[in-house]
Amino acid sequence: MLKFLRAKWWKYASLLLVVYGIVGGLLFDVPRLAILNETIRCLHFHVPMWFTMFLLYLISLICSIMYLANGKLKEDIVADQMVNVGLVFGVLGLITGAIWAKYTWGDWWHGDPKQNMTAIAMLIYFAYAFLRSSIKDLDQKARISAIYNIFAFFAMIVLIFVIPSLTDSLHPSNGGNKGFVVYDLDNSLRMVFYPATIGFMGIGLWLASFLIRIKTHQYSKQDLLN
Amino acid sequence: MKKLFAVVLFFVSMVAVAQNEAVEMADVMRSNGKIYVLLAVVLVVFMGLGFYLFWVEKKVDKIDKH
Repeated sequence: MLKFLRAKWWKYASLLLVVYGIVGGLLFDVPRLAILNETIRCLHFHVPMWFTMFLLYLISLICSIMYLANGKLKEDIVADQMVNVGLVFGVLGLITGAIWAKYTWGDWWHGDPKQNMTAIAMLIYFAYAFLRSSIKDLDQKARISAIYNIFAFFAMIVLIFVIPSLTDSLHPSNGGNKGFVVYDLDNSLRMVFYPATIGFMGIGLWLASFLIRIKTHQYSKQDLLN
Repeated sequence: MKKLFAVVLFFVSMVAVAQNEAVEMADVMRSNGKIYVLLAVVLVVFMGLGFYLFWVEKKVDKIDKH
């Protein structure tokens, strides 16, 4: 894990992918749709925030399960820092979504099911960070927060993916609203969207790698790592 | 067979030419809209942050090696 976090190649690659995402996102042809107009390009910047957040939370979940299995604090460090960076991307996703919603749906906070449920999921993950900071003993902190993290992840899945899909949402692919699969030019969007998403994911991992490496260094200096 | 191939090739190249023209027109319009200025500004900001990340990475490398 640390070897991968120290490697440089994927950091260059993610930077390049995001640069490509910015160039393609601003210049390439997009479907001409009423109401959305040019804001359809927000797809390449707003949605990757959520995908990145999801990836970081997923890695955090895996590390929490691994901690419960082997009791190694280094797993706990990774789980913790992935959530910290995931929260940053979640906040960016909420803000960019609010701006986009203001100019297409008519209000900053529209009360769309997905918007509301995402905010609740964010609160659950903020509670993870608060829970950690309230426990002094390292092993206890790691064990309790690992169990909480498993609960938080599946609560997030239900809140963000299941509940909005059961009701009508303004977000694409929820309820009666079909996603960009039905647009004629969906391939021109995909050509930018997927590389940009992978790039942003790389940058999220990169930021987390700083925090993980510093924390790991602190712990090993105090001989806390087994 | 050769004739048929020539006809097909002719139509394919027609389509290609037509598409090229459409793309060039869009380019001119977008450059008049000064979108490239915006692109340059956004890229400078992002690349600047990216290079700063590498600078931070160097510092973390130093701590990590000890």
